[in-house]
Amino acid sequence: MKIIRYVLYDILRSRMIIGYTAFLLLVSAALFATETNASKSILNLLNIVLIVVPLVSIVFTTIHYYNSYQFIELMLAQPIERMKLLLSEFLGVILSLSAAFLIGIGLPVLLFSADGSGISLLISGILLTFIFSSIAFWVAAITQDKAKGIGVTLLLWFYFSLIYDFIVLFLMFTFSDYPLEKAMLGFTALNPIDLGRVFVMLQMDVSALMGYTGAVYKQFFGSALGMFFALGVMIMWAVVPLFLAIRVFKKKDF
Amino acid sequence: MIEIKNITKQFGKLKALDTVSANFTEGQAISLIGPNGSGKTTLIKCLLGMVIPDAGTIHFKGSDVTTSCDYRRDMGYMPQIGRYPDNMRISQIFDMMIDLRKNYTTQLDEELINAFDLRKQFDKPMRTLSGGTIQKVSACLAFLFDPSVLILDEPTASLDPVASEVLKNKVLKEKNKGKLILMTSHILSDLEEMTTDIVYLQDGKLQFFKSVEALKAATNEQRLAKAIASVMSKGIQVQMNGMNGNGHTPPSPKEFSRTVNRREMTIKI
Amino acid sequence: MKNSIIVLYLFLPFFAFGKTIKVVAGNSIRQAIATAQAYDTIEVKNGYFYENQLVINIPLSIIGENFPIIDAQYQNEIFTIKAHDVTIKGFHLMNIGKTATIDWAAVKILETRNVRVEGNHIENAYFGIYLSASHNCWVENNFVTGKPSEEQNTGNGIHAWKCDSLLIKNNFVKGHRDGIYFEFVTQSSIERNFSTGNIRYGLHFMFSHNDTYTDNTIRDNGAGVAVMYTRHVTMLRNHFDHNWGSAAYGLLLKDISDSQIENNTFNNNTVGIFMEGSSRIVIQNNQFHENGWAVRVQASCDNNVFSGNNFTSNTFDIATNGSTMLNKFEKNYWDKYEGYDLNRDGIGDIGYHPVSLFASIIEQMPHGMMLLHSFMVNLMERAEKIFPSLTPEDLIDNQPVMKPISQKDTPQYVN
Repeated sequence: MKIIRYVLYDILRSRMIIGYTAFLLLVSAALFATETNASKSILNLLNIVLIVVPLVSIVFTTIHYYNSYQFIELMLAQPIERMKLLLSEFLGVILSLSAAFLIGIGLPVLLFSADGSGISLLISGILLTFIFSSIAFWVAAITQDKAKGIGVTLLLWFYFSLIYDFIVLFLMFTFSDYPLEKAMLGFTALNPIDLGRVFVMLQMDVSALMGYTGAVYKQFFGSALGMFFALGVMIMWAVVPLFLAIRVFKKKDF
Repeated sequence: MIEIKNITKQFGKLKALDTVSANFTEGQAISLIGPNGSGKTTLIKCLLGMVIPDAGTIHFKGSDVTTSCDYRRDMGYMPQIGRYPDNMRISQIFDMMIDLRKNYTTQLDEELINAFDLRKQFDKPMRTLSGGTIQKVSACLAFLFDPSVLILDEPTASLDPVASEVLKNKVLKEKNKGKLILMTSHILSDLEEMTTDIVYLQDGKLQFFKSVEALKAATNEQRLAKAIASVMSKGIQVQMNGMNGNGHTPPSPKEFSRTVNRREMTIKI
Repeated sequence: MKNSIIVLYLFLPFFAFGKTIKVVAGNSIRQAIATAQAYDTIEVKNGYFYENQLVINIPLSIIGENFPIIDAQYQNEIFTIKAHDVTIKGFHLMNIGKTATIDWAAVKILETRNVRVEGNHIENAYFGIYLSASHNCWVENNFVTGKPSEEQNTGNGIHAWKCDSLLIKNNFVKGHRDGIYFEFVTQSSIERNFSTGNIRYGLHFMFSHNDTYTDNTIRDNGAGVAVMYTRHVTMLRNHFDHNWGSAAYGLLLKDISDSQIENNTFNNNTVGIFMEGSSRIVIQNNQFHENGWAVRVQASCDNNVFSGNNFTSNTFDIATNGSTMLNKFEKNYWDKYEGYDLNRDGIGDIGYHPVSLFASIIEQMPHGMMLLHSFMVNLMERAEKIFPSLTPEDLIDNQPVMKPISQKDTPQYVN
């Protein structure tokens, strides 16, 4: 997997990742500096992480993929397996994005608020990075055109961050006469951003606000089984698109 | 060395390769010729595994190329338009390729690098290079690992006459070592002196695959270019003479240019 | 007239010069009680006594020195006081029995008056101190800790039923069902108590009119404080802290009227104040900080006034299930207020709607809480600030204060 080295080298040269790190560092430093209550900072940080991490992950990965097209073409004529090549690209991207996240958010969180909620924020941030990079690889593998690919990934981000929740809200209005606790659990699992948010919020005791739904959530995600379920679903969210990306990539013509 | 059996490749509605079969052996220098969009590059990319055929098989030294990528250790590829990471320098490209392939090669063949005097430009980033220099880099990379098969897509297209001559000498030398050389070009005179065999593709179909001598004999032409032109205009005759024909009728020159133009429009995917 | 009787009772012990009976380890307290005359004093030295069912039928002072331990070994109760003018002081009472039919207590006071229970440690009691149909009693400086199990198997720390003129002061109650429980208790004062870790309510009272609660701290109880079916409640300078859970309240007001809630702090409660069927309550100069909901006002409440309160860092300031608001909000400080004050009089020039759009969605659809802190909800809240007309409620504070109100600036209640 020597290729990862060249992928990383290429990413670091673009300076985008350094800007991302600096931005995250700035935001978390500002939040921890202005807010004396660490758990409140975590909450504010959560709001930012849930928007920025998926957005940057999905857009950065897509751009990187299209920019690496030449490199990929060059590598394809070499005795290198396609799966290895794509995995190297994937690992290179998530390694650098995760490193940026861990420096930008991880360090301040570990310094100022290394408790359950802080750690779970880091876990879900990393998982969201994986998930949205993986989705981006899938989209980019399918879509030949760069502009179209970036457009599709932006739409997907918009869908997961905003539209999905509107749909859920709409469904709640429509089916408000039915018991929805279990359904809500399902709805949450179908959107990695929601899953990440609920995962962190349950560590933050906000669940007491959620009344009966919260109790169901807490009961479910609070148990070891539920925790594994949440992590498992998030990992599935990362693995499945990557698997599909590899499948498309293996059959792709260059 | 390379056995191609009935490979077919379709891009959308366009059949880029239509049940093409051929065997290539060591010591051959094969020119793939045909009009633009006839499937030359697609065939090469199929050999390299960059394009996956819809049907048919390709065996390299007896083993199916889809089972493993290891056969590419024995291949050197010079693309028609070399595309390299923009922000890498020439030296970095070489270092990277050597790093990635060094396990498979004992001896590096740096003859072309020296012949092109490329080291002078080693510090230049790829994005600043002219088309010709990029071609030189591609050529050097193709020969660097001393592979037994060389695949050269339009090798002399944007090289200056001097560089072109250097490359031709190198190709000739490697051919004489018993390597298999596969080239595409539409400038026939360029290829003439090194070619042993001609593969003629049109509309994705293999029209004929014949040694230069046989071709010249069949057409009574001494010069290869003329021989081919003669084949192109009297395609039916050639095929009736039993030259690997499959009953396909080549279009008349007028028709031909029209199909080519249409093809050029559609083939850019 | 009534007061003079109290004074008379107070001085009664001094008129009666009883003798002192000393009890040391190995002797029987029961025997001492049996031999004592009215107004005698029984002094119990430090020691370990296995006794229970000590029934007191005559006025007596029973004083422990250095906390002698009376262990009921989970059999029955310890002191049952049926006489007036009794003092129980300085004991360590432990391991009271439990039954489903009788409310056994470490100290039970039945149908009497002028009883003092002070400075005792009560450990593992079913009920700690139990007052029934008594008046003019003092419960002071006791330290009551229990081991809670299920709600129905755990008694209350300090329990009073049908009493009048009690003083419950400076007690620490932990690990019971309700820390302090009042039912039909009137004209009483509850001061400076600390109630924590109780599995139901820290403080729970019903039908208990004209009582005053000052300077108590109610923290980390199962469901906080519940106040029901009562008139004329005065609550001053209490701390309602961290009563956190899906069914927890800092203060639950159910059918309360004509009351005052002033200078209290409500920190980190799921709901700071939950009001239902309550009227004419003045809620003034309180601090609401970091609660889930600072105040939830049900539509059944009317004529309540919220004024001079600070609302800071609450997830929701006000929520209501009603569409019309019959309560008044004025001159509160809201940290979410983003209005301006051009004339610099310290009061915002435009009104503040403390019920957010999301809060009212939640009232209708509790499941919606799953979307809390999502991008969509954050956007919704942003949008509301730009277009205040999105807010559905006509509930408004027309004179929002620009800066937090310091409690020092407000007149303090003087005892």
